Amino acid sequence: MSAPSPEIAVKTTSWTRILIYAVLILFAFYYLLPLYVMLVNSVKPLDEIREGDMLALPRQFTIEPWLSAWSTAQIGVQPTGLRPYFINSIMMVVPAVALSTLLGALNGYVLTKWRFPGDNLVFTLMLLSCFIPFQIVLIPMATVLGIIGIGGTIWALILVHAVYGIGFTTLFFRNYYEAFPTELVRAAMIDGASFFQIFRRILLPSSGPIIVVTVIWQFTNIWNDFLFGVSYSDANSLPMTVALNNLVSSSTGVKEYNVHFAGAILAALPTLIVYIVSGRYFVRGLMAGAVKG
Amino acid sequence: MPFLEIRNLEKRFGNVEVLKGINLAIDEGGFLVLVGPSGCGKSTLLNTIAGLEAITGGEIHINGRKVNDLHPSERDIAMVFQSYALYPNMTVAQNIAFGMEIRGVPKEQRDKAVSEVSETLQIRHLLDRKPSQLSGGQRQRVAMGRALVRRPQVFLFDEPLSNLDAKLRVDMRTEIKRLHQSMKTTIVYVTHDQIEAMTLATRIAVLKDGILQQFGTPAEIYNHPANMFVADFMGSPAMNLIPANVEKSGSSLRLSMPQRSGNPLTLALPDGAQRIAKHAGGNVIFGIRPEALTDPDGADRTSSGVVTSECQIEVVEPAGSDTFAITHLGGKQVVARLRADAKVSAGKMAKLAFNLDKAVFFDPGTQQRIA
Repeated sequence: MSAPSPEIAVKTTSWTRILIYAVLILFAFYYLLPLYVMLVNSVKPLDEIREGDMLALPRQFTIEPWLSAWSTAQIGVQPTGLRPYFINSIMMVVPAVALSTLLGALNGYVLTKWRFPGDNLVFTLMLLSCFIPFQIVLIPMATVLGIIGIGGTIWALILVHAVYGIGFTTLFFRNYYEAFPTELVRAAMIDGASFFQIFRRILLPSSGPIIVVTVIWQFTNIWNDFLFGVSYSDANSLPMTVALNNLVSSSTGVKEYNVHFAGAILAALPTLIVYIVSGRYFVRGLMAGAVKG
Repeated sequence: MPFLEIRNLEKRFGNVEVLKGINLAIDEGGFLVLVGPSGCGKSTLLNTIAGLEAITGGEIHINGRKVNDLHPSERDIAMVFQSYALYPNMTVAQNIAFGMEIRGVPKEQRDKAVSEVSETLQIRHLLDRKPSQLSGGQRQRVAMGRALVRRPQVFLFDEPLSNLDAKLRVDMRTEIKRLHQSMKTTIVYVTHDQIEAMTLATRIAVLKDGILQQFGTPAEIYNHPANMFVADFMGSPAMNLIPANVEKSGSSLRLSMPQRSGNPLTLALPDGAQRIAKHAGGNVIFGIRPEALTDPDGADRTSSGVVTSECQIEVVEPAGSDTFAITHLGGKQVVARLRADAKVSAGKMAKLAFNLDKAVFFDPGTQQRIA
């Protein structure tokens, strides 16, 4: 990328630039305000919140609400805190993300490098699955889960999310592998590599950026899902989102806002971490040098 | 028995016929170049030999073994791709050893083979680098190393030099020829560059629109092109193809070609050209290479068929080693290749020597060579 020419830089220095920064800062402030409110109120004792000033910094700092939200708060009828449900969500999201990403990569590989008659139709049909609203599949899926006999378990949620994610992950990988040089696959074929060897040794090592994109996308969607979570889980397999809802709606007399705030941040934390950790690999071009320079 | 034999090969993509009944055969140690304009089917033909494309009809034999239905890895071939196709996530050494690794060759043997090949190609110092850290010429060498290490029965090259700059291309061309001379392995080589074809091949196959136009040694292709397409495609500058009338005067034949001004240019044909006698009174296409059309002092003295004539020179292009003079005959631009210091100037008349021993004649209708 070339540096902006000094001429343009001079022109935009004064007023335009001030305006741009003002707008950017305003929006940043606007988006950060709710997070600030949540953070500040999650470390205040309940009495301070009741005084009514939501924006004030805590006079008395406490991590009690966080501990409570994590391990002792009332979720439905059990005083377990969010911890077991957090673990449920992890148990659900990790295999579901891994499975849907792997299947998407395989589909993308086949749809671009092992073309067969009607492959575009298959791809179009898979794309369609991205547009099916969740609500439509609720009841048929419940029936299927019942027949398989995994209704109300974490397995049910893993299956539903993996199946639902394949459409998107296939789209991602298919478009990425479309630009992957077919000559590499042919070279590997002549070298005697099998279908899966080519996939594992040639394509996957070059798929870093798209894997990161897919993982972020899938992780966020599956972690944040509420509808499937509330529909297909029972008391022991509730995911975090549903448990958070139960935390906020169950009460033992007082509304513990500070605990609710802490719980909400806990529920949002994993997706934040995924973004922060993997975001920087987002745009890395790992393909440089595969084919002529 | 030929080492590599292709019989009646046909390839269709849907309704499109890409290869229409190709027949080729080459002996062990031969260097077959497939040449033709883009879209002629030469790369498809190579891919069918490699087994990367299934064929619709015909047979392919390598060393007496029918390989039609064999997987590419079982055909005992190695291929160098146009884009080099180096695995980006592996080092040079891993790239070269990948095939052996897949075949389960033990580590020590692999290392030994890699080190031998890297010695031959002088890429030893590059072994630990990734393809992205190499220049175009280095990648080219690595790609060849990956093919060499396999010691296949047939090497397949798919336009391996077309991504290199002009100077490197000439160097690598020589190197490929040297490798071929020392290894004596059969090679099939695809290119669109007719100079590469001429310099490298022991046999050239010229293709156009999926049809084999001519198959022969470089000299045959160059001196006796089977039709006007081959004549025009091979050679640079291209052969002059001049529409001419054949006239009979007594027992001898003359060629007559209209000039832009003045009388038509006439050339008396030597006795050897009797094969076109049956075209007397009609038209032929008179084909003459630029180097057979030169200044009288530069003409081939051993040839008995040199005829000189005055021509109007329109443009003079000095090229250092030669001077090209462009004149106009039979409604076509005609290029003559003169000695560098030949005295010609644009807009003047000059004497040109036509070496009619080297001339070829085509039927204007069928475009096939008649003599």
